[in-house]
Amino acid sequence: MNWRGMQTLFRKELLRFYKVGLQTLAAPVMTTLLYLLVFAQALQERVQVFTGVDYAPFLLAGLIMMSITQNAFANSSSSLIQSKVTGNIVFILLTPLSHVEFFLAFVAAAVVRGLAVGLGVYLAAVLLVPLPIHNPGWLVLFAVLNSAALGTVGVIAGIWAEKFDQLAGFQNFIIIPLSFLSGVFYSIHALPDFWQRASHLNPFFYMIDGFRYGFFGASDIDPSISLAVVVSVFAALVTLTLWMLRSGYKLRN
Amino acid sequence: MHPLTMTPAINIQSVHKRFGSVNALKGVSLTINGGEFFGLLGPNGAGKSTLINIIAGLTRADEGDVAVLGHHVVRNYRQSRRCIGVVPQELVYDPFFTVREALRIQAGYFGLGRENDPWIDELLDALMLGDKRDTNMRALSGGMKRRVLIAQALVHKPEVVVLDEPTAGVDVELRQSLWAFVKRLHRDGHTIVLTTHYLEEAEALCDRIAILNHGEVIALDTTQGLLERGIGRTLRVCVTTAAPVTGLTGKYAAKIVRQAGNRLDLQLERSSDSVVDMLDAVRQCGATIIDLSTEEADLEDVFVELTRRKKA
Ligand SMILES: Nc1ncnc2c1ncn2[C@@H]1O[C@H](COP(=O)(O)OP(=O)(O)OP(=O)(O)O)[C@@H](O)[C@H]1O
Ligand SMILES: [Mg+2]
Repeated sequence: MNWRGMQTLFRKELLRFYKVGLQTLAAPVMTTLLYLLVFAQALQERVQVFTGVDYAPFLLAGLIMMSITQNAFANSSSSLIQSKVTGNIVFILLTPLSHVEFFLAFVAAAVVRGLAVGLGVYLAAVLLVPLPIHNPGWLVLFAVLNSAALGTVGVIAGIWAEKFDQLAGFQNFIIIPLSFLSGVFYSIHALPDFWQRASHLNPFFYMIDGFRYGFFGASDIDPSISLAVVVSVFAALVTLTLWMLRSGYKLRN
Repeated sequence: MHPLTMTPAINIQSVHKRFGSVNALKGVSLTINGGEFFGLLGPNGAGKSTLINIIAGLTRADEGDVAVLGHHVVRNYRQSRRCIGVVPQELVYDPFFTVREALRIQAGYFGLGRENDPWIDELLDALMLGDKRDTNMRALSGGMKRRVLIAQALVHKPEVVVLDEPTAGVDVELRQSLWAFVKRLHRDGHTIVLTTHYLEEAEALCDRIAILNHGEVIALDTTQGLLERGIGRTLRVCVTTAAPVTGLTGKYAAKIVRQAGNRLDLQLERSSDSVVDMLDAVRQCGATIIDLSTEEADLEDVFVELTRRKKA
């Protein structure tokens, strides 16, 4: 392993978003708080969630996970597409970094960005909406796994896309619909049968439901099933990404 | 060590590369020896950058093998990339960083840390970027960005240095200092591979030259050897009469390439034409020679001749 090389790439990726922190950290925290204020107010009385759990904390937990996953995705995907479009990706491709080191550095940076935004939302919102912590271990486990999974999807999208609008398409037609339809704003038990079943095909549902369990000790389905699904999805994504990177797909042709 | 006993700096064997319907490289084989100053020339689209990208591992060849100092560029990429520094043709940079940050990061990818800082400072000074070290990349002029690219290619002290058109868009003074720097690298034992469209630069600098055209090596020779392939030299004669020189016998009449006023340009075949015979012939027409000069074919003539012949 070229540890120092990998660490350099990781640090470079951190610097990249840290230097524009207003856009990459503060802005997503702000947006998420707006969602919280608007939806918690509007839907408070109407949405039935877990027994004994108020809507506002339920929503906040979902929003924290949504901000974690969206920012993890944004970090690796936008860094890659920018480097490709401007051409400076050659600086990485010319070095002895292996495809595994490349992958780990990008995903680790995406995890840090996702967790930083998630923590920011938590700290800002917890003043307004009290949120219990039932099991911190589950919380951390899901936060890390989910951000790593979306960081990996970001690597895939960033390698696949050749232009900014293709990446925007990936985000607007895949990532955002799947995360909005995952139960961030509602418990899937409140949905008609068909949509409940459809939600079970959405990996984001398990990501959010498992994460919520960490806060409330209650969830739509058994959290160990969520964990199993998330781990399997992550493993499949990693396999695909490593194969893409190893073959040089779109990066070295 | 004698050059012949060393592993070649770069060994390229029957490399093929297609981009869709474009056949960019059609079986290129080349050996570049350690310590050589090697020129890779060819018209736009000949495949020079594609070949360099394959050597650097930026592009994978469809067929064929490339090794840098004996390290296969795909199977042994870690070693081969440590041995080579590439200055890409495109003026790329990362707008997030300052000059020094960019260089430190680049060194870091190669596993180098702060112990490499003195070398980075040396590079910055040698490339006259000393006062720009803390300037953001975005704020540099094109020529400065080009020099940072050169520094980036050298941060890990590679033995083989490949420069893809390093002087494109660089002013005269800077070009000269760049060449002085590259010559110093060469003297220090680095192998240099260079592409350029300024053929007089290649002629002055390179020991050996390969000319690539439409993805094929159409000439591979020492610079001197290539020059000698030139069709010949031009004999320029100034005579007393302003009138055209008439009566030049058949053989020599055909050699006139230009005639203006009292000046007469004759094309001489290097091996078969004698300057003395030619002058006698001119004198026999009644003209008195007041001045004469010969002009050797330069690399540009040879280049044009070779690449044009291939097209026909
Ligand atoms: N990524 C690519 N996709 C498609 N075609 C390409 C790609 N890269 C190069 N080509 C094509 O391959 C051929 C060789 O290009 P290359 O860049 O190697 O030429 P070159 O000799 O470096 O030219 P120049 O002197 O203009 O830099 C050209 O026809 C070019 O259009
Ligand atoms: Mg080129």
